[in-house]
Amino acid sequence: MRGITKRFPGVCALDSVDFQVRAGEVHALMGENGAGKSTLVKVLTGVHRPDAGALLLAGGRFEPSSPADAQRHGVHAVYQELNLIPTLSVAENLYLGRLPKRWYGADWRAARRRARQRLAEFNLSIDVSEPLGSFPAAIQQMVAVIRAVDANARLLVLDEPTSSLDRRETEILFANVARLKQEGLGIVYITHFLAEVYEVADRITVLRNGRRVGTFLTDELPRIELVAHMLGRSTEEATQLETQRPMKTSADGAGKCVLAAQQLGRRRAIAPFDIRIQEGEVVGFAGLLGAGRTEAARLLFGADRADEGQLAIGGRRVRRHDPRRAVRAGIAFSPEDRKASGIVPDMSIRSNIALVAQRFLSRFGIVSRALQDRVAEEFVERLGIRTPDLDRPVRHLSGGNQQKVILARWLASRPVLVILDEPTRGIDVGAKAEVEALIGELADRGVAVVFISSELEEVLRRANRILVFRDRRIVGELAGRDTDMLALMNAIANPDTQAG
Amino acid sequence: MSQERYLTFVRPMLQRSTFAPLLALILLVLINLIFTPNFARLEIRDGHVYGAIIDILQNGTPVILLATGMTLVIATGGIDLSVGSLMALAGAVAALALTRYDQGAAVAIIAGLMIATAAGAWNGLLVTRVGLQPVVATLILLVAGRGIAQSLTLDQKIRFEYPAFEFLGNGSLLGLPFPLFVAGGVFALVLLAERRTVLGMYVEAVGGNLRAARLCGLRVDAVRFAAYVVSGFCAGLAGLIATADIKEADVANCGLYLELDAILAVVIGGTMLTGGRARLVGSLLGALVMQTLTVMLQMRGVVTEHTLILKALVALAVCALQSPRIPELLRRWSTQEVRS
Repeated sequence: MRGITKRFPGVCALDSVDFQVRAGEVHALMGENGAGKSTLVKVLTGVHRPDAGALLLAGGRFEPSSPADAQRHGVHAVYQELNLIPTLSVAENLYLGRLPKRWYGADWRAARRRARQRLAEFNLSIDVSEPLGSFPAAIQQMVAVIRAVDANARLLVLDEPTSSLDRRETEILFANVARLKQEGLGIVYITHFLAEVYEVADRITVLRNGRRVGTFLTDELPRIELVAHMLGRSTEEATQLETQRPMKTSADGAGKCVLAAQQLGRRRAIAPFDIRIQEGEVVGFAGLLGAGRTEAARLLFGADRADEGQLAIGGRRVRRHDPRRAVRAGIAFSPEDRKASGIVPDMSIRSNIALVAQRFLSRFGIVSRALQDRVAEEFVERLGIRTPDLDRPVRHLSGGNQQKVILARWLASRPVLVILDEPTRGIDVGAKAEVEALIGELADRGVAVVFISSELEEVLRRANRILVFRDRRIVGELAGRDTDMLALMNAIANPDTQAG
Repeated sequence: MSQERYLTFVRPMLQRSTFAPLLALILLVLINLIFTPNFARLEIRDGHVYGAIIDILQNGTPVILLATGMTLVIATGGIDLSVGSLMALAGAVAALALTRYDQGAAVAIIAGLMIATAAGAWNGLLVTRVGLQPVVATLILLVAGRGIAQSLTLDQKIRFEYPAFEFLGNGSLLGLPFPLFVAGGVFALVLLAERRTVLGMYVEAVGGNLRAARLCGLRVDAVRFAAYVVSGFCAGLAGLIATADIKEADVANCGLYLELDAILAVVIGGTMLTGGRARLVGSLLGALVMQTLTVMLQMRGVVTEHTLILKALVALAVCALQSPRIPELLRRWSTQEVRS
């Protein structure tokens, strides 16, 4: 790709960016949200046409008019949100649009046989006639990758492939990426996890604000410098960002109890648990994906109904808990699936921010636009949401900025307890640091925070105490100075050592 | 066309939500001014204004009313197929109140509105409590509503002479048809509620992302329920106006296929059927487009079959104009011109 430029109303998303992927290499594309990674990929896969610049594929000029056209030329992308159909079987998903045919129509038997073969090559042995949606995210992801490879992909884009995978699944993915590399595929790898880049990538290209900062050999680029390039900050600052991870000491226990649960539980979701959350403390939920963190958080907020146990908010017993009551009681909840249940994509930034606070902003149901504007402006400024104006539909924002809009929505409602489920997933280093800082700020002001994250370092850095989840139950609590990465990992992984 | 001109002038215009329906309406009116004799002529007889334009507005009131309620329902991500049948039902109940039960105009109107509003509430309950898909839930009353009306009237047309009630359909105020004020009033009220109160935002949030709206503590079921109730009420009012206008409850024909006109009006107006956006002004323009077309073709003596086909073509053209692909095509076309 040479000199690629793409403008959108109000922003120049890409400014003459050069990008080159060799056959048989994994090339990581790094950058903050809004740096232009997604746009570059969309130009590459024919979703957008560049305003200037040229694409070359295997020496020839390449002008994809649509994703389908790009795929015909061997350029495939596997996105964060999989573009597969969960209700169709694995085999159908693999061969949709190019089913093996016989004279009487589609040859399903051949399709299933071939699907089994292909999956076996990638060390997956699953029933290919089961609907895709019944398998874990990792397998769905691999099916998407295999589909691309099977359609003679020459260049494969993996956009945040590990964001919903656990450690073991990630390793399987990496093994398969290595295989593909040996088969001579060029792979563009987009991720926010620094550690992954150093595991899989041969080269790294960093984008910032629509410009290419540089392309580096992975081995020759220290981590700190990569972070510095991405943030556009000096190395000293980046060093601080990377190394400031002392565990906050435990809250002294004198604070007022904001929320208390006794033997709260829901069948097949989370075993009954007790919890007491005090004002001004940050409670971390740690555990592997599917360990019950989200399920517990949803019970606390009332998003799901508990089938046993008791819950008290601000010392008062709550009988029938639901989101409406939770919000009234000052509980905020940022869900893990930002797109599906967080933002209202077609609504303006202003309305998305004002949605919950509306109760305070309106009188007898009459909306004051001026008040809405003031609140929206205040939080856009405070959280550093990057947008040319407040009327822009939220779907146009990058992931990190969408997350900030959701945070702004809840902060504007003046909560006493904020539950953040994976607020830093899929967003860039800078935004992550900002979200983390915000958590600290909230706690300082006396707001209680439940912080769920798969990135243990974040939890260690921010939480006063950490509840450890495993196999849908709380298996321990860590607090105080003795807590470090090793202790936490042990608690998560090892059923024998109970942390105290 | 230069690219610069395209960016600064054409694109903002194309992106205005009311652009397509407004353009269609202006074009239609222009065509009529040129080709339809007497189109613009307004006559004043006995203090009443007459003319084709007044006809369009007056005959268009039912569709305007239906489209107003329909916009809300569609914005919450639903659809209301029952409105045409509810018109017939409301008209039948009112006519029965006047004739069989000897009631006054006020009782007839209230009874008609109540039955339609209750039917809207039924739709809302089926969608929110029972969890039926809106198409299925409202299909039930599309079929049954007219059936109930027919069994109430024993499948007969019910004629009545009742000036106070007829006023609702063909009375006039300040020289203009009275139904215009009714429809205008309802439209203004709904528009005000949508723009100036939290309801507009709630409707769009519920239609735009139901799960997110629920997690924000909104009463999503109440919002959806209310949309169907308003739609039922609007349908009832439309049915009363249509019935009063012809002084007879014609159950078999009252409001027949008008749900489709209303949906087309809403779609022409730029409200997405996927929900999340309410374009009330667009729907109003859309309803006027549909009605102008109907009156124009009537005046030109075009047979009904052709009218339907032409309506469909206009709706197709306006919707195509709003497709996100059109600006893209125009842009490509304009940049190509620059290159050559």
